[in-house]
Amino acid sequence: MSDMLKYEERELKVVGTRPLRPDGVDKVTGRARYGADYNLPGQLIGKVLRSPHAHARIKAIDISAALALPGVKAVVTRDDFAEMPNEFASAGELTVNYRAVTRNMMAREKVLYDGHPVAAVAAVSESVARAALALIKVEYEVLPHVIDVVEAMRPDAPLLHEEQYTEGVKPKPDRPSNIAKRLEYGHGDVAAGFAKADVIVEREFNTKPVHQGYIEPQACLASYSEDGQAELWTCTQGHFVFRAQCAKLLQMDVSKIRVTPTEIGGGFGGKNNVYNEPLAIALSRKSNRPVKMVMTREEVFRATGPTPGANVKVKIGCTLGGRITAAQAEVNFQAGAFPGSPVNQASMCAFTRYDLANVRVVGHDVTVNRPKVAAYRAPGAPIVVFGVESVIDELSKKLGLDPIEFRLKNAAKEGTQTYYGPKLSRIGYIETLEAARAHPHYSAPLGPNQGRGVATGFWFNIGNETTCALNLQPDGTLTLNLGTIDVAGGSRASLSMMVAEELGIALERVRPIIGDTSTLGFNFVTAGSRSTFASGMAGVIAARQMIETLRARVAKIREVPLEAVAWKNGRAEPVDARVVKFEPMSLAEIAAMAGRTGGPIAGHAEINAQGAGPGFGAHIVDVEVDRETGAVKILRYTVVQDVGKAIHPAYVEGQMQGGAAQGIGWALNEEYVYGADGVLQNPGFLDYRVPVASDLPRIDTVIVEVPNPNHPYGVRGCGEVPIISPMAAIANAIENAVGVRLYAQPFSPPHVLEALGGTAKR
Amino acid sequence: MARNHVSATVNGDSVEFLCETGQTLLEALRDELRLTGTKEGCGTGDCGACSVMVDGRLVCSCLMLAVEAEGKTIDTIEGMAKGETLHPLQRKFIEHAALQCGICTPGILIAARALLERNPNPNEDEVRYWLAGNLCRCTGYHKIVDAVQDAAREIRGG
Repeated sequence: MSDMLKYEERELKVVGTRPLRPDGVDKVTGRARYGADYNLPGQLIGKVLRSPHAHARIKAIDISAALALPGVKAVVTRDDFAEMPNEFASAGELTVNYRAVTRNMMAREKVLYDGHPVAAVAAVSESVARAALALIKVEYEVLPHVIDVVEAMRPDAPLLHEEQYTEGVKPKPDRPSNIAKRLEYGHGDVAAGFAKADVIVEREFNTKPVHQGYIEPQACLASYSEDGQAELWTCTQGHFVFRAQCAKLLQMDVSKIRVTPTEIGGGFGGKNNVYNEPLAIALSRKSNRPVKMVMTREEVFRATGPTPGANVKVKIGCTLGGRITAAQAEVNFQAGAFPGSPVNQASMCAFTRYDLANVRVVGHDVTVNRPKVAAYRAPGAPIVVFGVESVIDELSKKLGLDPIEFRLKNAAKEGTQTYYGPKLSRIGYIETLEAARAHPHYSAPLGPNQGRGVATGFWFNIGNETTCALNLQPDGTLTLNLGTIDVAGGSRASLSMMVAEELGIALERVRPIIGDTSTLGFNFVTAGSRSTFASGMAGVIAARQMIETLRARVAKIREVPLEAVAWKNGRAEPVDARVVKFEPMSLAEIAAMAGRTGGPIAGHAEINAQGAGPGFGAHIVDVEVDRETGAVKILRYTVVQDVGKAIHPAYVEGQMQGGAAQGIGWALNEEYVYGADGVLQNPGFLDYRVPVASDLPRIDTVIVEVPNPNHPYGVRGCGEVPIISPMAAIANAIENAVGVRLYAQPFSPPHVLEALGGTAKR
Repeated sequence: MARNHVSATVNGDSVEFLCETGQTLLEALRDELRLTGTKEGCGTGDCGACSVMVDGRLVCSCLMLAVEAEGKTIDTIEGMAKGETLHPLQRKFIEHAALQCGICTPGILIAARALLERNPNPNEDEVRYWLAGNLCRCTGYHKIVDAVQDAAREIRGG
């Protein structure tokens, strides 16, 4: 079905309520099975040997001693994988290039970061596998490395990729560069805009890479059989994309790989791409045994994608009346070892909250000797928004305007022309700002060394390929087979709720499951806050299709015209009993007769969901700064966000609270710390400190609902917007508390103390 | 590699298993006894996903050697519900939407039960500091704190 469904206002019975989640009992009893919880008879344990160097040429790899160790069944290196040409494919919000994917999975000519895989072994136990790793001899020629984005952009910087010439520059440069790509967005005339400005603020910001920090390390189990078929169990945000990547890397037919997604212990964008999965299949192929691979936390930090660190320059000019006349930014993102940072998305998000005539954003995607970045919840947006919303805050102070009032004077609305392409459809930014301004938090009193900050955020939200199958069982209950992963936000609940609403039945009668890759057509990764929007659209299409079949069956059974049969209150009833009368039929009654009336009854959808509605958020935070230690305490936090429609408000609140908490960690504590040798110094939760319960206050939420016109229930999506604003809001609050503005994240005690003019005592 | 024989009581059952000397209690629970409800998030005692009770003490099972379990009484998430009846904490976590991905949930439930056993009426700060050893990356802890306090109320008979 190519026609997308439009929003219709109607009375709701299930949507908007707070039922218990279908995966709840399994998750509180330990019954839920995650990536590392799957086992097969005869399985081997696979482990990866990783580079100890930030940058080195691999001269030779000798696996003979490892292979000779009793209990070792297979070893794979670069020699076991095919060379891949440049070929681009989409995976989550970021695009991948198979030439890079295969090199990130297993180093070929060079290792490009501390933790880069160079070999993998499969052995009868973990201890034997570890012993085997120690027996692999790799001869390296260590090369100079570069990890800072500004340094990497210099012409004399150590070069990661000799064949990489900056894209987006004409004419083609005559020498290779770490700048993989230059991009530019904009409209109007920024020079003319700045000439009209009464006040101009220009600042530079720097941020460190942070990790998604999902608590479940990557884990998978692969079994390759003698007839060339493979089965894979893995914790993933997109099993269809994992299947496609494994098939390409291993040169197998897509249909010969069956991927079963396990319960996923957090992803946040970090489980959009394969790491160990193709290695496990390759080891299984070589050993003829199932192979299980579970990453350690250290491996997760060293070798899976953090978000980029960045350097961002922002310049905004406005009139004394508070109207922005021009906005400009340069956005320099670390891509990690291979190109493909979210600099594109960040550049588009930088100023999209404001209705601006003159904008120019230049972005650079820069390779450095760090792990290849991955998506992290609204990829790139928090970084660039930290800079832009800090400058907006400074401007509002210079003008003596309330910061929300300043934003309202420049707010984007329906019809606003973006500087990256489309005009905005119906959006709820103004409603969100007004709700924030009206919240009691915004006018509550503050004490000494306390300050309040606000910041706002925008995210596109997306749709993409989505399928589902809704099967009516013989007793009248339903199975909803979904192909878009429930990454934990509760989409199994929200999607069942929409189907139950359509059919007019109790939610308990719809059992949602996530099908493996052999049961449904292709689904895109759960990314871009697409799940409830796109999968919800598919579920509604499937339900409506089923209703048509149900009506037709009842017309046949009751021997009445189809037009006389209505689907109301969860059953087939006469449209008008005065015209055509018949005994209503329940789902169970129709289901029981399905075999005799034409066969099993189902609905299904195969769509590319279009019309995702942008989401906007406004955050209010109060902080208290300890001038002696530099510690910043979050006293109060409020998240206001337009989600279109909250199908299950408790889970929407959970997204808003969880996203804010991650943003708070990003702002205050989290950072990748590298030594001069280019080796990661804090690959563990002790030294990479994510927020704990005692770090955070309650996080209040205000759900704003401006329906997305392009979804039957008005859904926009909600998972990513809440991580965008915290860093900027907290920086603004610190400035408000102590009069000092921070331009570099994290705002950890030593950094804050330094900004206050003190020094950290050791 | 020579393996050690260990006898212990797990969730009320007498169990025996063989383990390598270097294996942790967490590995023995998961790999030898197939009790996979206890999770490994870090292996270094920093995330609390592997929390279990050993002779009534809350411990990270990744920091204890399996051989040290000899003669000990161990309680894991699999023993928390009694038959079909969920522990009030388990029920309140579902009712309050206090879990999302759920990977931290078993450890947090074990830790929260240990809190309520010694402090049946914890205030918000006491809950937050007691659970500071258990990382949750999804929820921001807000609904977890609510669920623990609501369960405490119910257990107290309020």
